[in-house]
Amino acid sequence: MDSQPAGSAPLTGQAPTEGYLRDESLLKVRDLHVTFRRGHRTMEAVAGISFDVARGETLGLVGESGCGKTTTGRAILRLLPKENSGMTGSILFEGTDLGLIPNSAMRQVRRRLQMIFQDPLSSFNPRRKVWDIVGEGLVIQGVKKKEIAERVDAALNDVGMSRTMVEGRRPHQFSGGQCQRLAIARALALGPDLIVCDEPVASLDVSVQAQVINLLQEIRERKNLALIFISHDLAVVRNVSDRVAVMYMGKIVEVGEADKVYARPAHPYSRTLLEAVPMPDASIKIKPTGVASEMPSPSSPPSGCRFRTRCPRAQQICTDVEPQLRQMPQGQFAACHFPHSEPAPGVRSSPSVERSGASF
Amino acid sequence: MTVVSETSGRLLEVENLSCEFRSEAGIARVLHGVNLTLDKGMTLGVVGESGSGKSMLMKSILGIAPRTAKVSGRVVFDGVDLSTMQAGERRKFLGRRIGIVFQNPMTSLNPVVRVGRQIEEAGRFHFGWSKAEGRRIAIDLMADVGLPDPEECYTQYPHQFSGGMKQRIMIATALACKPDLLIADEATTALDVTVQKNILDLLANIQQERRMSMILVTHNLGIVAGRTDDTAVMYGGRIVERGPTEALFTDPRHRYTEALIGAIPRTDQPAHTELRVIPGRPPELLRPIPGCPFAPRCSVAEARCSESTPPVAYGADERHTFVCYVPVGTPNAAAAAAAGASTEVN
Repeated sequence: MDSQPAGSAPLTGQAPTEGYLRDESLLKVRDLHVTFRRGHRTMEAVAGISFDVARGETLGLVGESGCGKTTTGRAILRLLPKENSGMTGSILFEGTDLGLIPNSAMRQVRRRLQMIFQDPLSSFNPRRKVWDIVGEGLVIQGVKKKEIAERVDAALNDVGMSRTMVEGRRPHQFSGGQCQRLAIARALALGPDLIVCDEPVASLDVSVQAQVINLLQEIRERKNLALIFISHDLAVVRNVSDRVAVMYMGKIVEVGEADKVYARPAHPYSRTLLEAVPMPDASIKIKPTGVASEMPSPSSPPSGCRFRTRCPRAQQICTDVEPQLRQMPQGQFAACHFPHSEPAPGVRSSPSVERSGASF
Repeated sequence: MTVVSETSGRLLEVENLSCEFRSEAGIARVLHGVNLTLDKGMTLGVVGESGSGKSMLMKSILGIAPRTAKVSGRVVFDGVDLSTMQAGERRKFLGRRIGIVFQNPMTSLNPVVRVGRQIEEAGRFHFGWSKAEGRRIAIDLMADVGLPDPEECYTQYPHQFSGGMKQRIMIATALACKPDLLIADEATTALDVTVQKNILDLLANIQQERRMSMILVTHNLGIVAGRTDDTAVMYGGRIVERGPTEALFTDPRHRYTEALIGAIPRTDQPAHTELRVIPGRPPELLRPIPGCPFAPRCSVAEARCSESTPPVAYGADERHTFVCYVPVGTPNAAAAAAAGASTEVN
């Protein structure tokens, strides 16, 4: 691997020095900006975010569609379209700035940095055999044929499948859940340290979703994998994440340990998201509210705090001064002038009561 | 048109509704004798995973199943037996009385027709509204569903709206004829959680104002939990459990319902909580088993489960029904058999 001067990336603007960033992490993203051009117009999809992921840790990246979470994931793997996008800031993977290294070196890094996409079927070439698809990454890496067979076998084994199940078959012969397993196997075959999972279970049925989530968790634990779990589903993110970052219009508005964020979300946006999650609990009767709000156009974000147009707590200062991420008394970091500190609505102070139903 | 009963509190009654597709590969039965009732002003949730038959059930009720489908059974809407109606007659009748909102607004809306015209289209057909009348009503409807600046929206095209706004337009379209029943078939599935909440709140508010009945068809148990009076859980083309929503969630009796509730990640559970897994795959429609469709995936299935369909059993609340030989709460086979025998007598 090329040796690159680590950390020498020019940091645009003021480099953030927030306390939630850790120096010893596997992946460090610092002040990342991504812009897309369309004709004469530019749109900033990611507007200066910093976060890190330690070895074996899962970071949940949540937000509504268009908040920049997928763009962030793709930027990390350098999968953004070259023609119309621009990126500044630094992405340090074990000290190597992925933004500065040549493509050949990036190819080497991809062995350790993999991605799983939302719709596995459309990310597979329908005309290729599944066995070849799972082994494709290894071929690109120049692994010897015999070793490829061994590693594909092992990877299939990891996701609960076997050579006899896949041999000679093509992607359409598998169900959605199986395809997602194969996608995980394809990523695992390379022996990565970090996998970016972009909505890996969004297109799956509930019963299959549980299988894939449990599988990912089990593999993560066994292989000490780091995961970036991108999802709009706060319940899924709650289940898988050690830390969460809530994104809104290209910015991180709240970040910290998942337990703390979910127990006492500080940013009004985090609360809005959390309140909107439908709970499978009939004892919580939902009272409809008339308040309807949608994200403003991302090409002209509001001044100051970007959430202020939808925020029930917004005041003049929110228009004038953009809040910076700062530590909340409850532990996590949030960018808000008027943060919350009370427990999340619907969260019981005692550990959640066992729902066992008919046994009594 | 045959009026079978005095119009009482019952709006919709579905009896023994079946639907099958014949092809070279064999007969695929997507609905197996479904029974369903809905009272006026009530909300029913129909929950099931993909392939459970929930969408086909709605289409069969409405008579808009594909031509290749063979539908049998009885559907009575507001005292009128629809099964005896001609297709055209049925369409005229239901088009006015039932509104439906589908999952993907972009494929339901015509991309080259201004949204205002699409909203008033049904009303102009059914009620012969004049152009001016249609416009006035469409603009009112757009205001009702929370579209900002309805006058301007009236002349815009679908692509000029966000996903949530498009779904609001679909709702306005469905409401144009003042239906007695609104069916939302995965209406919020493609939307963000916040927008989903807005749309579901909107539907709930409109339902209260207009005293409509509503059917929420979804794969998401969470949507059904806090927003419906009754819930029906579908699996393999059958309703396996049905009852008042609260009873069904606090005391699920069918093994599938129980497993499904356990498989959902929750925000009030700590990280890395292991989710309950339902092993195996959904049933194959071409090769149905004679008994309970869930038997091959069920952790407590007995031999008889795959051999014959269990009789209908009742929960603590008699409106709560389920079709299971070994329901939750009856661990030993003898008790289950006794329960099965007693219900067979009824």
